[in-house]
Amino acid sequence: MKDNRNDAVDFGKLHKAITARILDGAGTASYSQRRAAFDNAGLAGALATLIDKVARCAYKVTDEDVTAAKTSGATEDQIFELVVCAAVGAATRQYDGALSVLVSVLNEKGGGGYAP
Amino acid sequence: MRLKILNSGYRFGTKMLFAMIHAFSRYPVPDAAKLVFYRPDFYGSPMKAFTHAAMRGPSEWSVGDRELMAAYVSKFNGCQFCIMAHSAVAERAFHDKAKVAAVFSDLKTAPIGEPLRAILHMLGKLTREQSVDADDMRTVLAAGVSRKQIEDALAVCFAFNTTNRLADAFDFVILNSNAFEVGAKYLLSRGYQ
Repeated sequence: MKDNRNDAVDFGKLHKAITARILDGAGTASYSQRRAAFDNAGLAGALATLIDKVARCAYKVTDEDVTAAKTSGATEDQIFELVVCAAVGAATRQYDGALSVLVSVLNEKGGGGYAP
Repeated sequence: MRLKILNSGYRFGTKMLFAMIHAFSRYPVPDAAKLVFYRPDFYGSPMKAFTHAAMRGPSEWSVGDRELMAAYVSKFNGCQFCIMAHSAVAERAFHDKAKVAAVFSDLKTAPIGEPLRAILHMLGKLTREQSVDADDMRTVLAAGVSRKQIEDALAVCFAFNTTNRLADAFDFVILNSNAFEVGAKYLLSRGYQ
């Protein structure tokens, strides 16, 4: 069987590049707002409503949700950034959670019994 | 799209590129492609690098398998745009429309191998419930899926859990099926970079 380890993709590094850029790089929304959107915690009002939908049930987002966020004072670029942070944050929680379950299951078995 | 900047806030060179794509393909640039061109240093460029590696990088899963995972995750997020876009790529990659349709109608009886069935089941649960437990993971491993295959599939799942949310939050326009076929052909030959 072909050994893929040498050409394996480093998803951890590629994932970190996304989160580092949106949370720690320059933006029009504040660092604390971007972090709050990523965590889906700590926002208020219309922005909180929009961001919570993006994180938990994005198919329910409406034109009115976005309009309300604008009316509350957020610019389109800020909304763009915060929605991106919310989407990446929700997907990251699932991703990290599943990876840690995988590691703990492999550890409890000592790797025995399963294909590498 | 719900934000005006995502329809018209592009630099001159990008607007010219969109116009050329429209002229050659006879279809407007899909919203999924437009999104990654908007302020690409913020989101588009790092996300494209991840997505291309997940969908086209070295893996024991075929390109068709990974496109099917993308479509299947999209189903559980209720994201119509991505279901249509990635079902079209999977059908083209497998040269088999019926297989994709069978997975969508009943995963248990679809004519696919047990490892793919097991991983799709787990990705569906992860997407729907936002988490999986040790028993879910043991079931996938027991079906003969390797650690590396699970990691690769979870990367596909991450990419589409992100993209599905953006597609629905920004309200990507659903194109007709011919346009999705043109997009599928492009994604198969060029990938996501």
